[in-house]
Amino acid sequence: MSMTLDHVNCIYSADTNHSVHALKDICLTINDGEFIGLIGHTGCGKSTLVQHLNGLLKPTSGQILFDGEDINAKGYDRKALRGKVGLVFQYPEHQLFEADVFSDVCFGPTNLGLDRKEVELRAYEALKSVGVDDDDFYNSPFELSGGQKRRVAIAGVLAMKPQILILDEPTAGLDPQGRVEILELISHLHRDEHMTIILVSHSMDDVADYAERLIVMEHGSIVYDDVPGEVFKNVRELERMDLGVPEVTYIMRAIRRIGYDVDDTTTKVDDAVEQILGLYRDKNRKQDI
Amino acid sequence: MGIIKTDKVTYEYIRRDDEGNVSGITKAVDEVNIDVQPGEFISILGHNGSGKSTLAKQINAILTPSEGEVYVDGLLTSEEKNTWEVRQRAGMVFQNPDNQIIGQLVEEDVGFGPENLGIPTDQIWERVNESLKLLGMLDYSKHSPNKLSGGQKQRVSIAGVLAMHPKCIIFDEPTAMLDPHGRREVIRAARALNDVEKITIVLITHYMEETIYSDRIFVMDKGHIAMEGTPKEIFSQVEKLEELHLGVPQATKVAHELKKAGMPIPDGILTRQELREELKKCL
Repeated sequence: MSMTLDHVNCIYSADTNHSVHALKDICLTINDGEFIGLIGHTGCGKSTLVQHLNGLLKPTSGQILFDGEDINAKGYDRKALRGKVGLVFQYPEHQLFEADVFSDVCFGPTNLGLDRKEVELRAYEALKSVGVDDDDFYNSPFELSGGQKRRVAIAGVLAMKPQILILDEPTAGLDPQGRVEILELISHLHRDEHMTIILVSHSMDDVADYAERLIVMEHGSIVYDDVPGEVFKNVRELERMDLGVPEVTYIMRAIRRIGYDVDDTTTKVDDAVEQILGLYRDKNRKQDI
Repeated sequence: MGIIKTDKVTYEYIRRDDEGNVSGITKAVDEVNIDVQPGEFISILGHNGSGKSTLAKQINAILTPSEGEVYVDGLLTSEEKNTWEVRQRAGMVFQNPDNQIIGQLVEEDVGFGPENLGIPTDQIWERVNESLKLLGMLDYSKHSPNKLSGGQKQRVSIAGVLAMHPKCIIFDEPTAMLDPHGRREVIRAARALNDVEKITIVLITHYMEETIYSDRIFVMDKGHIAMEGTPKEIFSQVEKLEELHLGVPQATKVAHELKKAGMPIPDGILTRQELREELKKCL
């Protein structure tokens, strides 16, 4: 179930004097089961790009193929596509509207035309997988905390059982605990439910720990598309784009600069600690001899 | 007495069921005492729901305490006749810039506050220009606020507060909806207002990195002040912060883990530069 973008262009307000070329000749393949981090400064085109993936926006030119079929062709079932490619918007909790949590999650699968029993089963499973308590099922979604609301909103998309799950800035505005919870949830969906994940963010720290592939965008073009370690080697360029690298990577670079042989593409605290401890032990051992 | 002083402030949210009967009471703020001196830069940290925003809203009389008292520059906030005076002396910048911008042009938006204070027109323009200049937004004075970036919008909001010549500005999670660049712009502006204009700053946030330059940090949990101290003192207590569902800056985290594993590294490392210097000594 791969998705391919073939020379996709998007121009907003084309034919006017304030047209914006938001996507420039994007060629990209998203393979089954990948965990992709899509990164870029505000206005780089990342949100525009993901809205093309489930057919919310049509490319000005170029094709988007899902499983080999052009999703913008005449007669293509885009309603079904939106069930397969789930998009969680920024601040998805702003879109909660039903009187209780359970009904809100039922909304998506109901619109897919499933029968009542299947809808409720899916809503139940989705709420369970995001960790919402049974006790909260019949409460108003508006009485929940920010992090819980967001999880309910994500459940609403999961209940449609998408094969590709796209999340636009899923941790914005959450506290550190809420942020880790959401990222762990996404990681679980990828690892255990084998969902393809596209995580859109402007925080390197968010994507560094989880994504297997990083796509960096600027001015509507893809600048880097590689494994995180490789992308983080381009520190200067990333800083120019106002993205930078994860704090841990900076720390390791600083240590390398004062003459120690550490891996300066490290992104995880544990790895960094392990390497520094290794240096410390080596030094003590030498002193003992 | 400091510029902001709270005396056993308690705030209760009353929940009601469909018939309007009281179904429960939540104490969002519970007997909090803080005393902020003029010119200080204070940060209030806490996870979502810890009561930090409810506390902040009482400093400029959006909310008044259920019990206890709040004084701003000597004025009691719960006295209705003080409300406007309190809001002029303690301005507030909110999370979402789109919810607080009303003018068609940047300069109109900034002029809204002083206009409401009844300032003569020529002085309003003076204040507008001066405020926009301080926040580096003077070039945008004839622009529509809608077309600005998040960080720029937030700076316009700050200019609007500044034009009322407050003694103190409360920032209620001003960077939560911004990208890293916008966050830096806003924090830089807050620090400059404190350094140069000597305005007292209260910064409410859950980004640890933004608090390391403050004079004092208060950490809130369940409506109480759970910790209080300088950034060094606060960030020395990594385990306690994690218990309160807060992280620490990554340099602090790495230093803490290294120390736990037996390396001679002091507590309270805040930046990667400090960490590097310490590592130089012991590697």
